[in-house]
Order: sequence, then C-alpha cells, then structure tokens
Amino acid sequence: MSASHDASRRRFLKVLGSASGALIVGLQLPVRADTPDALLGDVVSRLNPYVRIEPDGTIVIGARDPEVGQGIRTAEARIIAEEMDADWPRVIVLPMTLAAEDDGDGEPRWTLGHQEARGSTGVPAAWNDLRAVGASARELLIRAAAQRFGVDARTLRTQLGKVIARDGRALGYGELAAAASVLPPPNAAPALKSADEYRLLGQDAGDVDARDIVTGRQSHAIDKILGGALVAVIARCPFPGGDLSRLDADAARALKGVEQVSTIPRPNPSLPLGARPFAAGVAVLAHDTWTALRARELLKIEWKPGPLVQSDDALAASLDARFEQPPTTVVRNDGDYDHARKLSHRAVRARYRIATVAHAELEPPNCLAQVQSDRALIVAPLQNPRGALGVVQGLTGLRPSQIEIRLPRSGGGMGRTLDNDHVAEAATLAKTAKKPVKLIWTRDDAFANDAYRPFAVHELEAGLDRKNRITAWRQRIASTSRLAGRGEPRERWWLSEAHPDDPPAGLIENFQLDWFALDSALPRGNWRAGSHGVNAFAVQVFLDEIAVATKQDPLQLRLDLLGEPRQLPYRGHGGPVLDTGRLAWVLKLAADAIGWTKKRTDGHGLGLAFHFTYGGYVAHALEVSMEGTRLVIHRCVIAAHLGRVINPLGARASLVGATLDGLSTALGLRITVKDGRIAQTGFKEYPLATMAQLPRDVQTILVPSQEAPTGAYEMGLPGAAPALANAVFAATTVRVRSLPVMPELMRLL
Amino acid sequence: MPRLPQTDPGITPEPIRPGIDLVINGEPYRHTGDPAMPLLWYLRDVLRLTGSKYGCDDASCGACNVLLDGKLARACALPMEKLQGSSLTTIEGLAKSDGALHPLQQAWIDEDAILCGYCQPGMLIAAADLLARKPEPSDGDIDGIGNLCRCGSHPRVRAAIKRAAATMKGARR
Repeated sequence: MSASHDASRRRFLKVLGSASGALIVGLQLPVRADTPDALLGDVVSRLNPYVRIEPDGTIVIGARDPEVGQGIRTAEARIIAEEMDADWPRVIVLPMTLAAEDDGDGEPRWTLGHQEARGSTGVPAAWNDLRAVGASARELLIRAAAQRFGVDARTLRTQLGKVIARDGRALGYGELAAAASVLPPPNAAPALKSADEYRLLGQDAGDVDARDIVTGRQSHAIDKILGGALVAVIARCPFPGGDLSRLDADAARALKGVEQVSTIPRPNPSLPLGARPFAAGVAVLAHDTWTALRARELLKIEWKPGPLVQSDDALAASLDARFEQPPTTVVRNDGDYDHARKLSHRAVRARYRIATVAHAELEPPNCLAQVQSDRALIVAPLQNPRGALGVVQGLTGLRPSQIEIRLPRSGGGMGRTLDNDHVAEAATLAKTAKKPVKLIWTRDDAFANDAYRPFAVHELEAGLDRKNRITAWRQRIASTSRLAGRGEPRERWWLSEAHPDDPPAGLIENFQLDWFALDSALPRGNWRAGSHGVNAFAVQVFLDEIAVATKQDPLQLRLDLLGEPRQLPYRGHGGPVLDTGRLAWVLKLAADAIGWTKKRTDGHGLGLAFHFTYGGYVAHALEVSMEGTRLVIHRCVIAAHLGRVINPLGARASLVGATLDGLSTALGLRITVKDGRIAQTGFKEYPLATMAQLPRDVQTILVPSQEAPTGAYEMGLPGAAPALANAVFAATTVRVRSLPVMPELMRLL
Repeated sequence: MPRLPQTDPGITPEPIRPGIDLVINGEPYRHTGDPAMPLLWYLRDVLRLTGSKYGCDDASCGACNVLLDGKLARACALPMEKLQGSSLTTIEGLAKSDGALHPLQQAWIDEDAILCGYCQPGMLIAAADLLARKPEPSDGDIDGIGNLCRCGSHPRVRAAIKRAAATMKGARR
C-alpha cells in the first residue's frame, strides 16, 4: 500500500468519524441510544454524519461551514450530491452545529474537520474531504441494492437517486436507505468520480436558501430566539481602552420591562479581542428590544478615556521620522536594493495612503446565549465557531461536549465575526442572568466598536535601467498589525501585513520589503481579503506610475514583469507556488474583454490590476469617465483562475460581489477619529455605494481548469481599488494615491 | 350559520383595550404597547415576523422596508402611533396566500440574487414599490433603489427587476 493511499485513508476515516456515533467507518459501534436518529428508527436513515435519506427519497445533506454569503452550503452539498449521484431537486441542505467531543483532558476534539469562514478555505477543504463522504454513501446504497437484487455490487450503477441493475431493475435511494444505514461502512475510501462523469460540479446552482430568503422565512442569526430570553443592549465605552467612571442607572431601572442593569468591567487587556467582551460597558436586559434601547438612552454615564487614539492624519505626519528609523521587520531582501538603486538610470517614487475602514456588515453583531450549570447554547453570526467554543469554555468551565454552537446563516461576516467578543458579552450576561440572553448590537455600536482595517502608508521606490526595466524595488509598509495585542510576539506581527512572495517579489533582482509597526490604539481586526486588499492597491498603482513615467503601456509593462510562465515559490496561504503565467493569462483576458488596445476619444479611461489572493489569480479591467463631478464606472471585467469551479453561478457572485465591495470601499469609505473616538455613527456618514454608483455592466471570465478549487469569496477584492485608480488616471490624468478615492480626486481636480 | 359561543349571562365583558389597529399582510392586529415603538420592533419582537431585518436606526439601509398603504416605508423609522388604521405589506406578505411567489421573488431565485441574503427582503420590497410605480423601469429608475448591500448583489438585483418586469408585462397582455 502506497504512503499516499495510506494518508488518504487516514483522512477518510477522520472525516467520516462522527460525534453522532451513528456509523463510524471501519468500526462497528452500536448506534448511540440517545441520538434522535436512533429513536426515529428507519424513518430517517443516516448513512454518515453528513447524509441522511428519508423514505420518500429526500436526501438531507448537512453543510458543516457557517454561511455568510459565500455560498458554501450550496457548494458543499453539490460536492456530496455529485459523488452520491443524488437527484439535486430532491436534496435539502441543513446547517450542522459545531462538532466537538471531549478529548479527555478538557480540550475539544473537532470531529467534522473544517468549520469556519476564513480566508476562502471552505471549498478547498470540502473538495478534499467531502467527495469521499458522498462516495461512501453511494457505496452503501449500492451494496444494499446488491443484496436486494441478489447480484454482484460491481454490476450495479447509480443515476439520479437510483441504483440500477444490468437487467433494468432499479431501486430509489429512499427504498434502500434503511438497509444501507445498517450496513458496515466501507473500510477504504471508495473510488471518486472522474471529472468527465460530473453532472453537478461545474454547473450553475442557485443558493439552497434562496426561496426562504425571498419569502422572508430565512432566519439569520439575529432572528433566532428562545422562549423567556431577555434582550440585551450594551452602552460600551466609546474610548478604546477606556473605562466606566460614573453610572446613574435609576431612570433606566425604573422603566417598565427592564429586568436588569449591570456593568461589564474593562476587559483584561492581555486577553485578545476575540476572546473577551469588547469594552467596558453597561448592559441593559429587558423583555423586548425597544424597551432595552429606551432604557439605554436613560443611562447617565461618564467615561474615562483610555490611551490616546491617534488620528490617521497624526499617524501620517509621524511617518517621515518613522521611515528614517530601521524597519520593525525586513520581510524580504533579495540582492542589494540600495546598490542597485544607486546604479539605476532613473527612479520612480510614490507614497500611498490607506484610510481606516469599518466592517459595516449588514447584520450587526448579535448573539443568543444560554448558560446553565451543565450546558450552554450559542446562536450567533460566527466565522470562527471553534473560537466561540473556547470563549464559552473559558467563561463557564463547561466541557466542550456540553457546549452547543449553532451556525445559522449570517448577514455577511466580512471578517468581523472571526472575533468572538459578541459571544463573550452574551455568555457573560447569560451566566449572571440565569436566563437566555439575546444580545443586539445597534448600528452605532457597530461603527463605534469595530475591529477596524487600519490606516496604512506604503512607500514605494523603483530604480530602472536605460531600457526602462525595473532593476530595484523597495516597498515600505507602515501599519498596525492585526496580531498586535493578540498574544503574538512582536517579531511575528508583520505576518498579517506583508506577504513576502507577492508579486513583484521574485520578478525583480534587487527587492526589499520592509514593515514598520504603527500604533493608533484603535482595535484592529480581520477585514475581507486581509492586507491583500490594501497591498495590491499600492503595488498595482505604482506599476501604472512607472509605466506612465517611462511612457510604457501599463499592460505590456506588467506582462514584461511577469515574464515567461513559471512557478515561483509562495509561502503562506495560497502557496506553495505562484504561477506567473496564470497571472499574465487572466490579465490578458481582462484587457482583451475591456478593449484595451482600442483608442479612447470619449473621455473614458481604462485601468488594469492583477493580484494573487489565497491561491486565486484575478485581474480587473475597468472603464470610467468623469461626468462633471461624478465618477461613472461604465464597465468592469473580472478574469479569474480559481482552479476547478464547483458552482460557477456562486463563484461569479463572489467575484462580482467582492469587486463591488472593493469599489464601494475605495470610492468613499473611511473611518476617522475625533476627540479620541470614532466620528462615524451610521451609514449616513459611512455611505456604502448604492446601485447608482456601481457599474451596471460587470463581466466575469472564469478560466477552465482541472486543478483543485481555490475558493472564490475574497479573490475579487484586492484588484478592484487599484484598477479604479488607474482608470481614473487614464480618464483624467489625475493620479490618486489615497484610499478612499473620491475625496482625494475632488481635492486634486 | 356557526353558533356563537355561549357565555355566562350577567358577566361584564372584559373592557376593550385601547390600542393601535392596523392590518399586516391582510390580518388585523392591535398594538397595545408603547405607541412610540418603531414598527420594526413590533414586527420582529411582538409578531416574530423577522423577514424585515434590522440594519440601522436612521432609515438609511433599507433592510426593514415595508409597503405602507402601498408605498415604500422604512419600518425602523415608523412609530406605531402613526399607523392607526393603516395597511402594511411585509416581505412575508409579498407572495400570494396560496404560496404562489410574486414575479419579483421568482426572478430573484432565477437570477440567484442572494449572497448573504440579509438585505434582499428590503431590496425586494423596494423593487415591488418601483414596479408598482414604473412597470417598465429604466436603468436610471432602478438606480433610484438606494438599499445598502455590502455583498455586492447589485447587478443581480438589477437583472432580477428587469426579469420580473418582463414577466409581469407578459402576464398583462
């Protein structure tokens, strides 16, 4: 037996092994008596932890990852259904809960593998794990049919939810399910389909929850409730790191319907943001939301400010001095930048400024929590459910198996709910209230107490030879690390801020990438596509600036830089290699589709950008013009190489969605600090772009591929902003070096 | 003729509680709580009609859109005291009572205009209002929908509105 076969078998057993205990592959354990399935007998036949079949042939597939709008439930179910040969219209998809067993030492053992929404990793993990889940279910059904027909299982085939014999006899999965569910499961990973046998994968599938969403029946996390739950809202200290100084809650307590007013102490700063309540505060628990909100208005509170929060402007003013000092980390240093720069024929230099932004996910943080002496329940928008379980464990001392974490659909995580401060708050309140607590964050809460994507400055300098080839490149990034204040040593802080192998690293002989730590005292968190979302802006706009300065075509300059198709080593998420040919290919596709070579005489300008994000290769091409003081984005083309695409309809939704999110943010969004607190309190001051500002014509091009899928949710974001700025330059000859674009463009025009 | 329930003679009936009477999705309701309560919390907390989503408190996002006497309104900005005698349609009432979907709902499914789905009920209500006013909306008319969506569903929402408009035009013929 080969080593790789052995490894795949180990993974297969791990994936199928389940807390439910209904069937564990390779071991014949009895069905646990307390499982509802056992009570239901053969009404519901569970073939493995993910698949159950009802007698009428309805196939219920469990989706393990939290759905935040990335389409993961649809994609996971399609992968399982494909290998099962299920009849898709008869598939129902239900969310699974976080699966954790006790490991015997009080720590959780995760029994379903990947259960998170982070870094566009859901589909690649599902591709690795869940095909075998579907194939094993199919094998059980075939063996059950073989017994019924009295034939060799190898003579049977499956099609659209049926097992079919050579003589034409056929049995539906619903008729076979009860018998299949008591068969010993396969003890080796069954053979998987080859790509030419796929009927579902690669075909468009609408979101499995679509009907419930359009009829208003879909419960998002915020819609979940338990009988007897109290609604909680919290007045949080508006000064980051500050504390409560004086409280008069008499009027709030006197309001009818208010059950409790309690203080939340300033959290221990040694605990990371995602593992503790967000801030010092005063919580109001009432019988309904409106009463809780009114009571919060009646609180008389004085706050003690924390460490002074630096505004973006103050940080920017400090940078000249900061860049004189050595970097916090030299992230990459190839050749000899200083020497090559001195020898260069000419130089281009620019500094780019990225504003602080907020999450503004449409469903604000919320959490339903129940804490009892022997069990706890959490229902919340969660991208990091394992972290949520850890938070509850820490607060309650319960064992992992006593904590149920449900994963309802949520209204766009965007990275905000990778932190579990909402869970810590609700669980803390529920523990003392001894009743279920439904914690709601209002919109102004969410703006004032976010884990922001921080301010950053990128300074780039390039040296060119007499033939205008780039011989030296230095990028200096100054930002607040996401890892600062999260228990990570300072030497590692650069990891969330700079990617050592992002192009043009490896393409220029003398290359230096430096990172400088900044501290604004603002809480800093995860934001869609992470630092890729800002680093691509600096690099791709700077490439355009070099092209303009040296009178080169911006497309040709990029293609020359990428050079011959080859694989470069890529450390970090998306590696182990980056294929320069793929970047060049998607760039050419996008440029062709937008009509790059066609001369524009109508005041329209075209802009390009490419980026490699988490294994996905994406290029953007935009066409814009100025109509008076209005910037019109006429067209947008997104070309992407994402490996095999499981659900093209979903992948296109993700690519377009991330692109429009990137454009909306780049056009006009910024968080500012005034008097030590966040100035923006609502959408009126943080205006997401609407239909009128976003392009009507958005085209996606997916490169066909036989390679493993990369996921799709975040890849469309990084290139959008630089393509916009480059198109604005082409239309106006005004070079915008700041995000957001519009305030700076209006200043420069 | 159904027989009226027999009650004990001579017992004074319970006094009728003062309240705000309104019709939601064809059903009569009486709100007897705080008259200042915004409609949104009445729908969500009292009636458990959670299809109208909470996104903000200042009528800027549109996630709580309802039709108030046939016109677009934001439930977060409508105190109950202003709703005496009014008739409301929420997302739960957009389909026919037999479950047949509104052409907009079908178009939303056909165009897969979903993503996270949180803002879509409000988008659908805004679109229903638009098509009621402009059965054949131009792109410029559709641009007037100011609902907020961070997922970037806008092009699919636009396509779904056009698809529904075409369906409804065909049905009128």
